[in-house]
Amino acid sequence: MLPFSFEWVWDMGHLLFHGGLWFALNVIGIGVTYCVVKAVYDTMKGNSTNHH
Amino acid sequence: MDSALIPQGVNRCPLWKFALGIAIVGAVLMWGVYAMMLVWIKGLNQTNMNDAYGFALWIWADLSVIALGGGAFFTGFLRYVIGINDLKNIINYAVIIGFICYSSAQLILGLDVGQPLRGWFIFWHANVHSMLTEVAFCLTAYFGVLCVEYVPLLLENRQLDRVPFFHNLSHNLHEIMAVFAATGAFLSFFHQGSLGGVSGVLFARPFGFREGVFVWPWTFFLYTWSAAACGPCFTILITKITEKVTKKKLVKDNVIQILAKIAGWMLATYMVAKIIDTIYWATVTAPSKGFDLMTFYSNNPLYGIWILILELVVCGIVPAAILITPKWRGNPRGLTLAMILAVIGVCLNRWVMILQVLAIPVLPFENWALYMPSWQEIATTILPVCYGIILIMISYRYLPVFPQEKELNPIAG
Repeated sequence: MLPFSFEWVWDMGHLLFHGGLWFALNVIGIGVTYCVVKAVYDTMKGNSTNHH
Repeated sequence: MDSALIPQGVNRCPLWKFALGIAIVGAVLMWGVYAMMLVWIKGLNQTNMNDAYGFALWIWADLSVIALGGGAFFTGFLRYVIGINDLKNIINYAVIIGFICYSSAQLILGLDVGQPLRGWFIFWHANVHSMLTEVAFCLTAYFGVLCVEYVPLLLENRQLDRVPFFHNLSHNLHEIMAVFAATGAFLSFFHQGSLGGVSGVLFARPFGFREGVFVWPWTFFLYTWSAAACGPCFTILITKITEKVTKKKLVKDNVIQILAKIAGWMLATYMVAKIIDTIYWATVTAPSKGFDLMTFYSNNPLYGIWILILELVVCGIVPAAILITPKWRGNPRGLTLAMILAVIGVCLNRWVMILQVLAIPVLPFENWALYMPSWQEIATTILPVCYGIILIMISYRYLPVFPQEKELNPIAG
């Protein structure tokens, strides 16, 4: 799963499989983090948005 | 008693009625939980799986709910990426149904692996030559996406929405939902496809084996296609059932019609591809392996040619024809019939590609291997259905799931 795992091999299979997984996890993680941080910032500033 | 939690401007049944409903479904759920505990404590000897059936009822249920949950990714894709704005009125429900389907799939997998404490092995000790590794990766990540899509709806509960942080978080998640929807579509394309790829690469099982392009057998594309076609049908069907139970109109007809029309064209084009695939497989692929078509449909008490006709004609061509014809699609009975047939069709397809594949003898001295699930397998397969009903009941009662509900059901006075 990670390059320091003893089973890791730098081949196309590992790069594609794990690259795809980490790409998706990063998009989700960064997206959620952005929303949480912005929500904290907006709340501290007293902004409240009518949505949606 | 719980009126402070119920969305403003809508009517809900009395709490006692709601609690009674939960208790009845909960009793069946507890039966499933009991069977689940038996499987976890005593092991897979509680099932009727054997050397012929490493994949059985659970894997069929898994593949079926994943296909039916495809309504979430495809409706999300249409709403946020393609930009069909009307679908905002049904996307919440599609997400809830998808969430239920995918969490159920993971629960069933947790039973099927026999030793769930080692479930993380598939990530850490990944076999990068396995279609199922891709399925595990994409399925888990997509479930994360579904959670992210479900959270804003939870935060819109009347009381939670009063908390400024939750209100802002919900708003921010909505703002970038297109990113999550696109990621979900990417992940779904691959795990739906890889589930189909599993039977397609079984070169020693000529009933499932298919040629393809690069590493992907044709079943890879057919599975994704059928999920995109039948997932929205399931979403519409559950919406119609919810309307029937609540005795309310919850989504306007034009929204249903848009989704049904798109699902219809997806189903029609899928059927063309599926029929071409079936003809090529029956006339070229299977004979090249030493089998003719009727070998797969004779000399056994269950799997006759009827199953192929049922899947392709009754549950394929018929619903597709209804859904792409405006007059038939506009008829409520026609629409409901098409939805039911499409849902049965995709479940039947998964049954055939999982269980019939394993039933068919592949060596001259073998016989058909038929299988009957144990009560524990049946109870644990019904368990996610009950869980789904309960989650829908709770979500409908306490969350603003249907944006058009107030407008369609104004409260007098």
